[in-house]
Amino acid sequence: MQQSPVWSEISAALCVFSILLVPLAVAGLALTNNGLGKTRSAAHAMLASMCVVAVAALVYIAIGFSWEGFAGRSTHVAIIGGKPWDWIAAQPLFLRGQELSNSPASLAVLLQMFAVGIAAMIPLSAAADRWRFGAICASSAVMSGWTYPLFAHWVWGGGWLSQVGVIYGLGRGFLDTGGAGTIHGVGGLTALAVVWIIGPRTGKYSEDGMPVGIPGHNLVHVVFGCILAWAGWLGLNSAGAMLFGGIPPTALVLVGINTTLCAAGSSLVAVIVTKIRFGRPDASISANGWIGGLVASSAATAMISPAVAIIIGLVTGGLVALSVEWLEMYLRVDDPGGAVSSHAVAGLWGLLAAGMFAGIRTAGAPGQWLAQLVGIATLVGFVLPMTYSLNWVLNRLIHYRVESDGERQGMDLYELGAGAYPEFMVHSDDFIQR
Amino acid sequence: MRPIGFLLLLAGWFLVLAALEMLNAATSRAIFVLAGMAIEILGLMLVFRANLIQTEVED
Repeated sequence: MQQSPVWSEISAALCVFSILLVPLAVAGLALTNNGLGKTRSAAHAMLASMCVVAVAALVYIAIGFSWEGFAGRSTHVAIIGGKPWDWIAAQPLFLRGQELSNSPASLAVLLQMFAVGIAAMIPLSAAADRWRFGAICASSAVMSGWTYPLFAHWVWGGGWLSQVGVIYGLGRGFLDTGGAGTIHGVGGLTALAVVWIIGPRTGKYSEDGMPVGIPGHNLVHVVFGCILAWAGWLGLNSAGAMLFGGIPPTALVLVGINTTLCAAGSSLVAVIVTKIRFGRPDASISANGWIGGLVASSAATAMISPAVAIIIGLVTGGLVALSVEWLEMYLRVDDPGGAVSSHAVAGLWGLLAAGMFAGIRTAGAPGQWLAQLVGIATLVGFVLPMTYSLNWVLNRLIHYRVESDGERQGMDLYELGAGAYPEFMVHSDDFIQR
Repeated sequence: MRPIGFLLLLAGWFLVLAALEMLNAATSRAIFVLAGMAIEILGLMLVFRANLIQTEVED
């Protein structure tokens, strides 16, 4: 049995409470993704979300935690240039020997089991309406069994990115207490890789290359999902700050304030940008702005002031709103849920902002911005090619994209045999002007 | 084009790692990290371009 330092009961109870809020983020993202997809794929989207979370939890507990580990546990270290590079954990499979009490390590296992589900759900929204059910589960298993645990070890498990501060004098090492890069960067970049592999939905681009608007089927789901996700993020950022940032429970008030301010600033800027660009606010892009703000807040929410959180949120809103349009119009990335913008783009910006601003409250940490750049370079330069390669191989083994009949009928009928709204019928006279 | 883009992404990352390992002065280390990231951006542009061409051909 591996012993860990045990927290006080108050700290452990607060951390457990925060962690148990995280499934609300999962529910919120599932609802948002569902609303942004088509009516005829709605049941498929929700069932796929549930199965992704199930696969992620099982695979992560079976093998994922073995690669990820926890700081201070046994790992594989390579000595390069006389310096230790901690590459991967060496923990037993199925949590064998893991003490499950109120130790930080066991609380981290609980948090990660939920967090890996969030990461695995992100590509689902980007490849909605055309990604086969079996392929979704297989891709989620690969992410929760390898891609996520490897990067999470580097950041949260005592790996080399967390140690660039100690070894190379770069601030406190790579800073990402709530998972802006570890959860959302990995998930968002995997979403981009999957969209590249699977291609755009049939009919998304006209013959002259212009994108055709395919609106989400239920914007009430989208916005309510954002509100649910907010509650989940308060838990995610609080638990992450305590477990991976060493923040005392007294700092959780600041976490709640900053998380909310960042999301608020981001969504309002997305409303304003879409009002300026399209003449009216766009609900789906504004919802993406809200999610993007939550994501960007995750990098260092307990280490920035409320004013800085607002600034980070304002920039995030602009970035998300413009990148949704850019990706769709100029780069032909058909991402119905806006996952690449609201998770990858916002996550990378959050990490950069943490490097720029987090030192202000932590009495200055020279080189922190460089540590953040090294982390961002690792996500883009290593995680993206790796996740693309893994999904490319999987696509060769089990074809990712549904047949054209499936896309025409909708994923509900084609893969599940029944629609989400069996009593829902559109009558032609509904459209006759009275 | 796409494989070259991914190779550039990896090359940029290796340059960042090499800068950490081989350079001690803060300025030169920062310059090389930024150079590595610039190479990654080039790689990303190539992969996006390859995706653009592929979807145009498929249409």
